[in-house]
Amino acid sequence: MDLRVRALETVLTQKGYIDPAALDAIIDTYQTRVGPRNGARVVARAWSDSVYREWLFTDATAAIASLGYQGRQGEHMVVVENTPERHNLVVCTLCSCYPWPVLGLPPTWYKSAPYRSRVVKDPRGVLAEFGVALPEASEIRVWDSTAEVRYLVLPRRPVGSEGLDEEALACLVTRDSMIGTGLALLPGSGLL
Amino acid sequence: MTYTTHADLGGLPGFGPVTLEPEGEWFHASWEPRALALTVAMGATGAWNLDMMRAARETLPNYRELSYYEIWLFALQNMLEKQGLVTHEEVRAERVLQASPALPRVLKEADVHATLARGASTERLPVEPARYAQGQKVRIRKLQADHHTRLPAYVLGKGGVVEKIRGVHVFADANAQGLGEQPQWLYAVAFDGVELWGEAGAPGVQVCIDAFEPYLEAL
Repeated sequence: MDLRVRALETVLTQKGYIDPAALDAIIDTYQTRVGPRNGARVVARAWSDSVYREWLFTDATAAIASLGYQGRQGEHMVVVENTPERHNLVVCTLCSCYPWPVLGLPPTWYKSAPYRSRVVKDPRGVLAEFGVALPEASEIRVWDSTAEVRYLVLPRRPVGSEGLDEEALACLVTRDSMIGTGLALLPGSGLL
Repeated sequence: MTYTTHADLGGLPGFGPVTLEPEGEWFHASWEPRALALTVAMGATGAWNLDMMRAARETLPNYRELSYYEIWLFALQNMLEKQGLVTHEEVRAERVLQASPALPRVLKEADVHATLARGASTERLPVEPARYAQGQKVRIRKLQADHHTRLPAYVLGKGGVVEKIRGVHVFADANAQGLGEQPQWLYAVAFDGVELWGEAGAPGVQVCIDAFEPYLEAL
């Protein structure tokens, strides 16, 4: 595959269709600048600031852009909130649609057949594989990203996180908690 | 029917358990970042649209045996060949063998950040009012698309409720066929798990899809 990709890049460069330095810049963007720490800051702000939280529900795209996260695969953002009564999960059964500006590139399992096929039918079974057990009474809503709307889950703020500042709160927010396949970490369990 | 997608996986059995992955593992082979970047850069030239590229990916006959970046790379090469921009022989020879048509744009390094940050909105101004209202019961038409569609098979014929109106968006089914944008109202439609899966549906589960207006009929 290495040779095949290099051959294609060489031909496209010779034809003037691509700028190899642009490829480096794209890779750098998604390796170092755009990832789930962006989404974690959105969640931490929402936990700390009720006005911001409301803005996320009325115009998520603008509220998220106000923190500097916007663009490709995040043009039409919707934030869905986990509550004691309802847990939200996000999938794209048709391909791999994912909110890049806030979560970065999707993990392999998100793009793969087991998750895509099963989560719309047996979300509790899939959650169990992620080590997540919800109360029986909790309703589960699965959002299948079948158009250009991209979903971000606002996880529940963990108990014991009162008094933490936004930076400390963001450390409790995992990638999976913003897809719905995980919960936010308890203070002291330490992600970073 | 001549069009077959291999990507419509919702509800299909037999794929086994999920393989977990830690945060920050972006790539799993040295060629994958280049394949991603080539795909993004060529997409930015305007030689095709995203819906055309999705069609190229989901129709790869061995889609389900390929890794995701293999899907991206093979679909990219197929698209380049189909559009007459690159030939198979050129990739094999690793050099240009024939004159190449000009492209609308070329993504330069200096423009990468702004281009990615701008994205490409699919929302368009409404021409007609939305046919369905929030809270209205609707049914998904039993459409058998002979082209790329964003209507998953597992909701065909199922009854649901309009959860939210999402505005007017580029109609993927038309855009993928090169028939123009033909913007349509888009609705979040919620289904009860039991409606979708019958006895196999777990209680307390709802599934919500984003459905273009032509996919729906009043219930």
